[in-house]
Amino acid sequence: MALDQEMVRRIATLARIKVPEENLAPLAGELNNIIGWIEQLSEVDTDGVKPMTSVVETVAPQREDVVTDGSAPEKVLKNAPQAETYFYTVPKVIE
Amino acid sequence: MSQEILSLSLSSARDALRIGDIGAVELTEAYIAAVETLRSLNAFITETPELALEMAKASEARLAANEGGAMEGIPIGMKDLFCTEDVLTTAASHILDGFLPTYESTVSANLWNAGAVMLGKTNLDEFAMGSSNMTSHYGSVENPWRTSEEDNKKYVPGGSSGGSASIVAAHGAIAATGTDTGGSIRQPAAFCGIVGMKPTYGRCSRWGVIAFASSLDQAGPLTRTVRDAAIMLGAMAGHDPKDSTSMNLPVPDYEASLSGDLKGMRIGVPKEYRIDGTPADIEALWDEGVDWLKSAGAEVVEISLPHTKYALPAYYIVAPAEASSNLARYDGVRFGLRVDGNNLQEMYENTRSAGFGEEVQRRVMIGSYVLSAGYYDAYYLKAQKVRTRIADDFRQAWDKVDAILTPTTPSAAFAQGEKMDDPIAMYLNDVLTVPASMAGLPAISVPSGLSKDNLPLGLHVIGKPFDEATVLKVGQVIENAAGFTAKPQTIAGG
Repeated sequence: MALDQEMVRRIATLARIKVPEENLAPLAGELNNIIGWIEQLSEVDTDGVKPMTSVVETVAPQREDVVTDGSAPEKVLKNAPQAETYFYTVPKVIE
Repeated sequence: MSQEILSLSLSSARDALRIGDIGAVELTEAYIAAVETLRSLNAFITETPELALEMAKASEARLAANEGGAMEGIPIGMKDLFCTEDVLTTAASHILDGFLPTYESTVSANLWNAGAVMLGKTNLDEFAMGSSNMTSHYGSVENPWRTSEEDNKKYVPGGSSGGSASIVAAHGAIAATGTDTGGSIRQPAAFCGIVGMKPTYGRCSRWGVIAFASSLDQAGPLTRTVRDAAIMLGAMAGHDPKDSTSMNLPVPDYEASLSGDLKGMRIGVPKEYRIDGTPADIEALWDEGVDWLKSAGAEVVEISLPHTKYALPAYYIVAPAEASSNLARYDGVRFGLRVDGNNLQEMYENTRSAGFGEEVQRRVMIGSYVLSAGYYDAYYLKAQKVRTRIADDFRQAWDKVDAILTPTTPSAAFAQGEKMDDPIAMYLNDVLTVPASMAGLPAISVPSGLSKDNLPLGLHVIGKPFDEATVLKVGQVIENAAGFTAKPQTIAGG
């Protein structure tokens, strides 16, 4: 499954990373090398094997569905690059 | 006196503080001065000397009142992946510019509650992605070791916990925290000639630790001795309701487990870890390690872990996939860097392009690819099935043995700049540490000898889930038998 430039452009969009046009080809080469090396996993017989979902054999803990935290808008917004009156601000999204 | 004080292990310093032979402020002042003399290593991103002195004064008062904790008055480095309240936390990434957490990670809070003193935040590979500490936005870290006084090359300290390993080896901190996803504690410990321990997944809380790959990340100590690792791990570990994967199990007294007696114990040597091209000095050290364990009363048997060679490629699906998801939060909205654009989408893309370094971008893109529609089954699901087989290999091994002995790394430290143009060559550094990570097992690296070029080498002990006590006990036997006393060329007070 070789990655071409078009695929790299698509992945970059999915990952929300701007990749300059001239970097697409070298990046495709690099990613292909890595993916090509990963392909050796096809040698492993995994028929009937369950995918690992938890590395430790345990059941997920349960707790009461109650609010344990909150009411700290200043703390939440403290590191925002831009915020106004208890809101994060972003570029306009509605035309 | 300063040189003598800096040479004390954590356990010796603890004992000296308790009986009043040294003072907590005196000890911290010596380390603050040492950190200044070691700045060329670039081991810290942020130094916190004023905070350290304040904490040391509080420790002194508690010690005077006989109320000292397990780490009382011990100056440590905190990997800059742990969120520390009101202290700059960067993950060595441009994208977290100026981030001042409003909360404290559970592991760092546990250490402060035990009395530890923070010297500063140590450098690392960006978002803990790397094996050389070359990917930090704050510059590379230098290994205090060189092949000789005449050697003017700079060597990598390993990674990602490179700043922590370098500063502990150079006596600029008694100990430091690390995190290990595929080898990020153990490989730098081996490269810098110190002890590094990754506990079982679930032993230490991940709450407040900046996430890389959530099913693999674990915090652990980097120290000068195995006893020190036992003490520090005990202070870091414990159940935390804020991390649903943190296990509600009692934390044993690890120091008490260091009996030195391996009688009746069986240690496995996996034949698949004998990889083509392993240097002769590493092979020889491994054989020596086997002899040491036999002399301590253990029976050593050959075992097979058939899926060993697939652990690393499977890791390079699972870890980037989880990273691409975890790093989605860096979007220029909630914290750190924002680079404007004409619309929201452009703002995201510009921010992430400017904020993430090359290796982080590469891994986020691989992760996005293997999780994307049409490829998920072929890559991610396949890797998780391979992971089950790797864990099964270990499960079967535990029927025959109590612990496993391997080398930590396939080579000694390499020079800065090497392997930079070949990601796979860089990834292969972790070929011997990744399988235990994939299975969530505890493992330790113990400095055991020098390479033919006089650089440190480590032996690696892997244990059963939540059996850190055995791992530490075997580790200490190796430490005692190896008698590793060599010191790096760059060392404070040396």
